[in-house]
Amino acid sequence: MDENRKIRVLVAKPGLDGHDRGAKVIARALRDAGMEVVYTGLRQTPEQIVAAAIQEDVDVVAMSILSGAHGHLFPRVTQLLKERGVDDVLVIGGGIIPDEDIPALKAAGVAEVFTPGTSTAETVKFIREHVKR
Amino acid sequence: MAVQELVSRALAHDVRAVSRLISIVEDRREGFEEVYASIYPHTGKAHVIGVTGPPGSGKSTFVDKMALEYRAAGRTVGVVAVDPTSPFSGGALLGDRLRMQRHALDEGVFIRSMGTRGRLGGLSTATSGAVDVLDAAGFDVVLIETVGVGQSEVEIASLADTVILIQVPGLGDDIQVIKAGIMEIGDVFVVNKKDRPGVERVVAEIKMALDLSAPGGHPEGGADRDADRRQWRPPILMTMAESGEGVAEVVEACAAHLEHLGGAGLMERRLRRARAETMEIVSQRIWRGLRERPDARQEAERLAAAIAERRIDPYSAAIDLYKLLISAESARG
Repeated sequence: MDENRKIRVLVAKPGLDGHDRGAKVIARALRDAGMEVVYTGLRQTPEQIVAAAIQEDVDVVAMSILSGAHGHLFPRVTQLLKERGVDDVLVIGGGIIPDEDIPALKAAGVAEVFTPGTSTAETVKFIREHVKR
Repeated sequence: MAVQELVSRALAHDVRAVSRLISIVEDRREGFEEVYASIYPHTGKAHVIGVTGPPGSGKSTFVDKMALEYRAAGRTVGVVAVDPTSPFSGGALLGDRLRMQRHALDEGVFIRSMGTRGRLGGLSTATSGAVDVLDAAGFDVVLIETVGVGQSEVEIASLADTVILIQVPGLGDDIQVIKAGIMEIGDVFVVNKKDRPGVERVVAEIKMALDLSAPGGHPEGGADRDADRRQWRPPILMTMAESGEGVAEVVEACAAHLEHLGGAGLMERRLRRARAETMEIVSQRIWRGLRERPDARQEAERLAAAIAERRIDPYSAAIDLYKLLISAESARG
């Protein structure tokens, strides 16, 4: 009877860069695709992101990063989720991320990385096909 | 995980269990009635405070600062923040949390964002359920932030023990304030952004509106509303939520209001909520029956045709349909 089930997504900006246009574009696109998007804004620590993801019981954590700190911050989020016993949340990332960094991020539990030029429709499709519950 | 285990973990303040229970209630997933039945005996302890006001009046920032005040006093806080669901896509951008993330690492604060999911009135259907889960989990205070309201979104009045109505300077003339509805629900009035020009005028307008409506002047509001009002004169407080100035006084005023309500007044408020909620659940069940049951839909179609052909009138047809739904409901138990 889960007639009211909606995909819930946390959109977060980890790290220190102050540019959230991309995150906002994604947030809006997901909203327009019928999802509930919790937007937490700039300069979030991985700890804050994970705490918010748990309280909001989201299906997806979507992070955007432009500062180059993805190699540290994305895996930290997946690790913290694991430590808290959360294994049913899809973690995705986006931003300025060199292709050669992507395999390591995926190995760390980031399901997909969307770099500039990705259409929002692609991201929506990926989420719909990969949510874990 | 089994519902019962989730419930016992939530009652022990386990964050993930609390969070999952809210989802179960919000989505009306399998077993949500069972959740309700198990948690309800543990509810009724929290001070439930509604924060409402027009869009952009500073509700989220204000709730953030209220939570800080309560935490400084050693009290735990649950927050339910409601934002509008798009009527076009069914999606929602829930942005209230943006101003509250400082609490993310404080286990004494639990924040949950919700979309209205098609409901008008300032709340979502599941808001009361989320409040009950947080109450049962032992949060001392539950703050509900409504969507930005206009002139008639007064649902919060039947859910909260205390309603804070936020106004800001510069929104309109005094006739806005005395239009029906919204002014009657405030137990504590806050004029936020007090550094802005026109603040004294807003205070004066609220004062005047309260004077006009003070002694037993709510024919539509019902007797209980009047009884509350007889001794309680809603205070009007000026704040700057951004800096936190004046928020401590609002917290004090809420405590004073709760004290004023006392046992009898609180019971009166909760009776009001119980009435509204039960009616709502009953009507939802009837709707669901109409939507989901093939026999009911078929009968509805048959009756619609009969009405259109003037063989039966709409009221008699409705009674027939209602009887069909009720008999099947009681047969199902």
